[in-house]
Amino acid sequence: MAQSMAKEFTKGLWAEIPLFRLVLGLCPALAVTKSVENGIGMGIATTFVLVCSNLLVSLLRNVIPSKVRIACYIVIIATFVTVVELLMQAFAYPLFLKLGIFIPLIVVNCIVLGRAEAFAGKNPPLLAVADGLGMGIGFTLALTALSAVRECLGAGTILGAQVLGQSYQPFTFIIEAPGAFVGLGLMLCLMNLIGKK
Amino acid sequence: MREMISMVVVLTVLSAVSGGLLAAIKTGTNERIENQVLKFQKAPAIKLILSDVDNDPLHDRFKLTDQEQEIIFFTGKKDNKPVSVAFEGKGKGYGGDIGVMVAINLKSDDIAGVSVTTHSETPGVGSRAKDNPDFVSQFAGLSLNDATFAVKDSGGDINAMSGATITSKGVCIAVKQAQDIYQRLKPEILKQIKQLAN
Repeated sequence: MAQSMAKEFTKGLWAEIPLFRLVLGLCPALAVTKSVENGIGMGIATTFVLVCSNLLVSLLRNVIPSKVRIACYIVIIATFVTVVELLMQAFAYPLFLKLGIFIPLIVVNCIVLGRAEAFAGKNPPLLAVADGLGMGIGFTLALTALSAVRECLGAGTILGAQVLGQSYQPFTFIIEAPGAFVGLGLMLCLMNLIGKK
Repeated sequence: MREMISMVVVLTVLSAVSGGLLAAIKTGTNERIENQVLKFQKAPAIKLILSDVDNDPLHDRFKLTDQEQEIIFFTGKKDNKPVSVAFEGKGKGYGGDIGVMVAINLKSDDIAGVSVTTHSETPGVGSRAKDNPDFVSQFAGLSLNDATFAVKDSGGDINAMSGATITSKGVCIAVKQAQDIYQRLKPEILKQIKQLAN
């Protein structure tokens, strides 16, 4: 049991890391990765939703009739997303202002529904939590990596601290929307190169 | 048939439980969220336009209802005497509602200052209404009793920002709304301020 839990947890971190291997959750990945702070905040919010929804879907997997399972999953996911939204407003308002519409949009994040449908609906709660935690942390890592590259090149800072020196001329293209696509494409390319060996 | 019933029951129960949970969390966080909104959205604007007061306007606030809408009023005091009141009006801009905090001098009914709180205008174009004080500074000193808050094209007293006419109009509408509210509620406002002072 412990072994398979570890397996479900670690697969999300590398072998099936959502953004780079499954290529899921691109909308928030492209939109909020302008700064590392946003990337980490989005990652943590998604992780919370993933873990909670996976747990609940798994607990209710024998109760939910298969014909309405997607509707049930969406109700569960939407509930937790709203919880995150309210908590973020109450405790991290500046971050909430930056992430804005992308917090409620976690509801339609393919990773969350995808894990509920593909994993949590068929597996016991502990495994489902391990899976959700792994996937969530993997997603957070991927967002952090992408946003670190973009913030570093586009503004010369990481988490607001100067890293490339005052004389660095910011490459603002990478902060704009097209830069997000190019940055993500290059990182996917890099991941595929590494994966080939 | 059994399957049908179980489908309806499960989905109904699930939705009801989730609704109840959300209502509970909403009630629990309501006050905190309100404070956060005040702190991060309204406070900078209020500080900007109520600069010559010596109290904390965020603390000396009260609520009134106008046409079924709750409005928060912030009182500015000098030497412990109320001198101005600030509250928010809303107007439709290019990208959605623009919130505009309007400070009014209680003695003369003149505008003491105007500042944009929330907006979703185009960065670099409409957003100048918030970032560049030139546009909003036109409102300061105008009297609520006789000024027309509209851009010059529409026969008003305000010069629109070039390239951002719709945003300029939105800000004017918001100030106009504040003017209307003030004229409707003035006796109420004065009464509340008096109560605050005691």
